[in-house]
Amino acid sequence: MTLELRNVVKSVGAQTHIHDTSLQLAREGFNILLGTTLAGKTTLMQLMAGLEPPSRGEVWFDGKNVTGVAVQKRNVSMVYQQFINYPNLTVFENIASPLRVQRMPQAEIDKRVNRIAELVQIAPMLRRRPHELSGGQQQRTALARALVKDADLVLLDEPLANLDFKLREELRDELPKLFLSRHSVVVFATTDPMDALLLGGHTATVREGRITQFGPTAAVYHRPADLITAQVFSNPPINTATVRKQGPTIVLSDSVRWPAKAALAPLPDGPYLLGIRPHHISPVAKHRAATPLDGQVQIAELSGSESTIHFRHGSLQWVSQSHGMHAVEVGTTIPLFIDTDHAMYFNGEGRLVAA
Amino acid sequence: MATISLHNIEHSYLARPRGPEDWALKRLDLEWLDGGAYALLGPSGCGKTTLLNIISGLVRPTEGKVLFDGIDLTDRPTDRRHIAQVFQFPVVYDTMTVWENLAFPLRNRRLPRAEIEQKVAAIADMLDLSGMLNKRAAGLTADGKQKISLGRGLVRSDVNVVMFDEPLTVIDPHLKWQLRSKLKELHQRTRRTMIYVTHDQTEALTFADKVVVMHEGSVVQIGSPLELFERPRHTFVGHFIGSPGMNVLPCAVDGGAVLFAGQRVAVEKPPTAAIGGRRTEIGVRPEFVTLAQAGIPVSIVKVSDAGRFRIVEARHGDDRIKLLVEQGVAVPADTAHVRFDPAHTRLYADGQLLE
Repeated sequence: MTLELRNVVKSVGAQTHIHDTSLQLAREGFNILLGTTLAGKTTLMQLMAGLEPPSRGEVWFDGKNVTGVAVQKRNVSMVYQQFINYPNLTVFENIASPLRVQRMPQAEIDKRVNRIAELVQIAPMLRRRPHELSGGQQQRTALARALVKDADLVLLDEPLANLDFKLREELRDELPKLFLSRHSVVVFATTDPMDALLLGGHTATVREGRITQFGPTAAVYHRPADLITAQVFSNPPINTATVRKQGPTIVLSDSVRWPAKAALAPLPDGPYLLGIRPHHISPVAKHRAATPLDGQVQIAELSGSESTIHFRHGSLQWVSQSHGMHAVEVGTTIPLFIDTDHAMYFNGEGRLVAA
Repeated sequence: MATISLHNIEHSYLARPRGPEDWALKRLDLEWLDGGAYALLGPSGCGKTTLLNIISGLVRPTEGKVLFDGIDLTDRPTDRRHIAQVFQFPVVYDTMTVWENLAFPLRNRRLPRAEIEQKVAAIADMLDLSGMLNKRAAGLTADGKQKISLGRGLVRSDVNVVMFDEPLTVIDPHLKWQLRSKLKELHQRTRRTMIYVTHDQTEALTFADKVVVMHEGSVVQIGSPLELFERPRHTFVGHFIGSPGMNVLPCAVDGGAVLFAGQRVAVEKPPTAAIGGRRTEIGVRPEFVTLAQAGIPVSIVKVSDAGRFRIVEARHGDDRIKLLVEQGVAVPADTAHVRFDPAHTRLYADGQLLE
């Protein structure tokens, strides 16, 4: 029981917004579309919903070809970043509106709206109008409306983006629980890698109209198939550099080299692209495979629990992120340590060759 | 440049405020020192924008005085306070070039051409805009436009304070890092007084030397990022700062002993005076809770992979306890014991830290 995109392409005029894409989304857990603004996430959702017809390819749902079937004829719910509610209706009527369209009996509507309002914790607000609610409550109302009708396909397009940080954290916790007992295919678009990690499920990384990888979220994060996926799925950005493999040694610069890990042994000598996430570089040597390098401090951000140090090593502009407070002077050169056990290596085409 | 003092400020948007809930700002005294990097942090509706508008003169406080270097400016209009403001959405003149946008505040003040040239060049250099000074602003991306807004806020040297109201909300996460670092660097280079208003703790803690935390119209704590993390003076601060926030667990106090889950819990400062009828809680951050052989018995509810670490959600009875566990450490599937680090376990009465 799935939603399937089969070789879908979307072009507008001479511009291709979505390149040839095939994807199978299951009903278990969230399906995350992760990518920057304008990467193509919203277009993908519009194709899934039937709001936009594909230029080529097919959309299948539960074994039926639904390409070209209008969104009104399919059982789809959407929630947008800008929460949309009917301003002149009460919260109750806002949530009930999809059920009214289905001409459901009043008693059943009452039952369903009350249950869903409990679930998203806005039950005390049902008699109010949207403008009397906080932003978080308005977004919960929009969510409740999307949930109330047991849609086959639920599309959530950056629904947390406009919310306060703490509320976002709370809803990120609650959302997957809301869908646990349902049988909808749920798609969630976000620009924030932390959303993807904490919502779990499966993640598709999107860049410039292409899905670069799709798989279980933790697997995509820990073992990205290529450098672009690693970049899309890292915040702060992943550090990159060209390194040379020379026999049993990896050379980053004149002063920095380390033993090549076993997975690299069969590969030919020569240049590779290195990817190392900021939390694998620390001002403290705590790792087994800690390789020292010196860095000239450009910026130091100390957040109380974490230190983020932007530094320069030769021509490289890198970032280190570590637990605890490490007071460092801007402009000075300090020792840092790379946990090379967690280094990822990519070939000239950007494909992962060792991690 | 000036030291800004808020003296016994109170504000209500109502003509005849009655109960405490009618006050958007409750009585407060605050001093912003010349050259400081401040953040004003709190959830929406906490009063932070009201406070900002009182400093800038857009709102006249119901009670109290606004002093710049000891001079009462409470009734002086915004344009005569010499304040620069940067808003959530970039304010850019689309038909002008980048250079003209940056020069706008200086031309308005009829500065000599040579001085304008020199100042615009300096600020463009700091913001990496030098290469696009002749481009029309209309063609820029959201972060490019926001850079111009920041530049316009910083180009004048006659301002008393630069205020940023949620300046990075519309910026993608991977670009936030760059702009935030830029802002921090600009503060370090110009030493202007800056006040950064946000609901995002990461932005506040990484930008500011002093963070003012607000909750329901009051300032609940002013401190360095480290102080707010290590020693929240109110359970609200403990919860609001940190992701996930501090665990706040109801406890009993019996003489000098603190009891949770029927067990004695060591806290940093055991109670010395009588607690009376006050509600008592222990506060301990997820960073300082560890899995142990013995201690408080819990059931494991959920393990989330946050990439750098995992967040474990455990339960004892109705109480939820979160802890951070490093990658690679085994987490039992069903039941476990947890231990609180006594040096980082604090005792609160009616929400206030007992010191």
